[in-house]
Amino acid sequence: MLSLVVHTTKEYVCVMQLHGSVDDKKLKEVIGKFIGKIYQKPPLRSSVKRTLRIRKVHYIDILEREGKLVLLKIGCEAGTYVRKIIHDIGLLLGVGAHMRELRRIKAGPFKEDETLVRLQDIAEALYRWKEEGKDDLLRKVIAPMERAVCYLPKIIIRDTAVDAIAHGAHLAVPGILALHENIGVGERVAIFTAKGELVAIGKANMTTNQIMEANKGIAVKVTRVIMPPGVYPKAWKSRERSK
Amino acid sequence: MYNKGLEYLKELDKLCDFQSKFVIKADIETNEKYGYFPYGRPIEDYIRQGVINLDKPPGPTSHEVVAWIKKMFNLSKAGHGGTLEPPT
Repeated sequence: MLSLVVHTTKEYVCVMQLHGSVDDKKLKEVIGKFIGKIYQKPPLRSSVKRTLRIRKVHYIDILEREGKLVLLKIGCEAGTYVRKIIHDIGLLLGVGAHMRELRRIKAGPFKEDETLVRLQDIAEALYRWKEEGKDDLLRKVIAPMERAVCYLPKIIIRDTAVDAIAHGAHLAVPGILALHENIGVGERVAIFTAKGELVAIGKANMTTNQIMEANKGIAVKVTRVIMPPGVYPKAWKSRERSK
Repeated sequence: MYNKGLEYLKELDKLCDFQSKFVIKADIETNEKYGYFPYGRPIEDYIRQGVINLDKPPGPTSHEVVAWIKKMFNLSKAGHGGTLEPPT
């Protein structure tokens, strides 16, 4: 499930050091050329295949400039090399440039907010739990894993549909209780129990409207099961009444 | 209608600035006997099914930090959401 985060949009703040004088107007003009689709080949020290590929840069903002140092904020597709962008900006400017510092400030749903913690915070929370028996801080520094898919359209299913999905079955229309509007065919969706527990990730096979109108058919093709089987009972066995 | 789960998902939507609204097809009901409301998971489950938004210090690698976390929490499985480009 963490691999879903790896493929999400990223935001960075970085420091670019120019190797010569450039006026603000030219700087802005050249940086503008790197917004949108760009070509990139992964650097030597990378874990991916070094083929030329296209990546999307959503924006590059100049936050501050002090002589040859420029503070930039960049939003881009997963797998974009900021260092290479800075290097290429330097080439186009004619004077050369390199990246002095890089900080990722957003990775999909994870950003620099009150949930961002340091190792010390985790250590303190653990101590409080282990030595004092209080898990309140632990529950603050750790978030339920459902947090990682907050950006996906969501579908809520019946208790009776859960175990089948946990075994890898596709999600049929009768199993659905509620869902987000405007889901399109082929879109990645997250499937939840009525308690809000993440069951699986899948690809929509029908639109929201189709699902609302229909009373049968495969609504979602499950691609990744998150919840283990056995948490909810098998439907044919369960005679439990819902509250 | 059981609202706690739906309210939690709406809270998730807000966290990610996800604009769409929910449409209801049938009464949202669930049996308290099975599963847990995410915030209500018993602490061991809460930890094992949790994520940490960690501001990693610049020294150790992500891999090393994951190893530390596994040790601190006595976990057999843990992962991270990606590394930064290596410094030259």
